[in-house]
Amino acid sequence: MIRTENIYKSFHDTPVLKDVSLVFKKGQTNLIIGQSGSGKTVLMKCLVGLLNADAGNIFYDDRNFSAMRFRQRKVIRKELGMLFQGSALFDSMTVEENIMFPLDMFTTMTRKEKQKRAQFCLDRVNLHNVEHLLPAELSGGMKKRVAIARAISNKPKYLFCDEPNSGLDPPTAILIDKLISEITRELNITTVVNTHDMNSVMEIGDFVAYIYKGQLWWTGDRHTILHTSNAELNSFVYATELMRTIKSEDH
Amino acid sequence: MQVLHHIGKYLILVWIVLQRPENASIYRRQIINEMDKLGLNSLGIVAIVSVFMGAVVTIQTAFNTDHPMLPIYAVGFATRQSIILEFSPTVISLILAGKVGSQIASEIGTMRVTEQIDALEIMGVNAAGYLILPKVIAAMIINPVLIIISMFLGIFGGYLACFITGVEPLSNFLYGILFEFSQFDVLYAIIKTVVFAFIITTVSGYFGFYTKGGALEVGRSSTTAVVVSSIFIIIFNLILTQILLV
Ligand SMILES: Nc1ncnc2c1ncn2[C@@H]1O[C@H](COP(=O)(O)OP(=O)(O)OP(=O)(O)O)[C@@H](O)[C@H]1O
Ligand SMILES: [Mg+2]
Repeated sequence: MIRTENIYKSFHDTPVLKDVSLVFKKGQTNLIIGQSGSGKTVLMKCLVGLLNADAGNIFYDDRNFSAMRFRQRKVIRKELGMLFQGSALFDSMTVEENIMFPLDMFTTMTRKEKQKRAQFCLDRVNLHNVEHLLPAELSGGMKKRVAIARAISNKPKYLFCDEPNSGLDPPTAILIDKLISEITRELNITTVVNTHDMNSVMEIGDFVAYIYKGQLWWTGDRHTILHTSNAELNSFVYATELMRTIKSEDH
Repeated sequence: MQVLHHIGKYLILVWIVLQRPENASIYRRQIINEMDKLGLNSLGIVAIVSVFMGAVVTIQTAFNTDHPMLPIYAVGFATRQSIILEFSPTVISLILAGKVGSQIASEIGTMRVTEQIDALEIMGVNAAGYLILPKVIAAMIINPVLIIISMFLGIFGGYLACFITGVEPLSNFLYGILFEFSQFDVLYAIIKTVVFAFIITTVSGYFGFYTKGGALEVGRSSTTAVVVSSIFIIIFNLILTQILLV
């Protein structure tokens, strides 16, 4: 479980996050949704400590991450996996080396064991015969999948994904979403996903938090989101013709 | 103000880089890699520049000291001293600042703008240490080797120049090269080189590590890295010469 308490963050006096308090439960896929520029990435970076919030606290299973110093944070960092918006694979390393990297750094596993684990993670994301390729030789969707494999290789307790399916075709996007949701259940971890894609919301949104201009505007799940009276959320949900059609057919 | 800000931030980065590594065996592997990347890859340019500069220094000295009062060792001696004391340690370090410095800054800068450094930090890796320390150590080991090679090749270039152009009799040149040779001069050159290697790698690492933005800024960081490390080399050359030779 991850809990935030009254998070504030501004850049050069421009407030980006205002009083965000949230609880992300374990074993479910938690979505943060909102328009472009609403502060989703900033919120996620505050959660993992890449940015420091100006005020507020972040708890990882009742361990106050915000109050920790660099060295103490390391313990929690080793329990995190993160999928970046641009994959962020190490481009001087092969796919296999990328996935083995957290294991190289922090475990005493033998080379054989690490390779086995890397193979397992690659199988898990349905990638085969790519272990000796460099990231530059992969397609966007493959990169995302390798990045997921790397994020889960050291068995994280918390998984963060920033726009895991942006820039992918609909079937691949859904595949990645499902993968994240399945892994979350299998490993019983706490997963937080940033997205602005309603397809993702409908597919995997066990818990959905809507951020509007840096404020927490609404929370619910993929079922309740369709029947809310919140005007700003409605304009987000029913921004596309497709969703409007579904709604009118519902009635 | 801006300059002080950078110096402070640079010193903090150096402090972080020098922290104890989380996994010594990975760092060891990285150091070997970097020695190959930063050292062996520079061998070609160091060799070419050294041979030609050695030849030019010899010819210049010979032309400008063509006086019957001067001892026969003058040309060889002057060539040797210029190469060992200044040309090899300082000029070659400046060339390495251009080659290695821009390479380091653009490599680390690219990792910054593509979030690879964030990915390292998320994992709990000391990203600055992991990326910069192996380069610092590798350069501090391999640059003195390059500089010694450069000294030999520089003198060899001078020898070739005498042999081909005949500006100076070979026997006089060789006599001058060996005349009153002091090992301390070589030690002095190596000390300078090691300090310069530290400057090149940490300054370029600094500009790469704090790159903000995109591909354009990566290019800018790498130019700044080369300019600033060259200036630091020149300044420290003066300081070290004062300290070591006086
Ligand atoms: N490092 C920064 N410095 C200054 N302002 C920033 C910085 N990072 C983000 N911002 C600002 O914070 C706001 C929120 O940005 P953020 O990246 O969190 O949006 P987002 O919700 O992730 O959008 P998208 O869906 O497009 O990724 C934006 O207005 C942005 O300009
Ligand atoms: Mg974003």
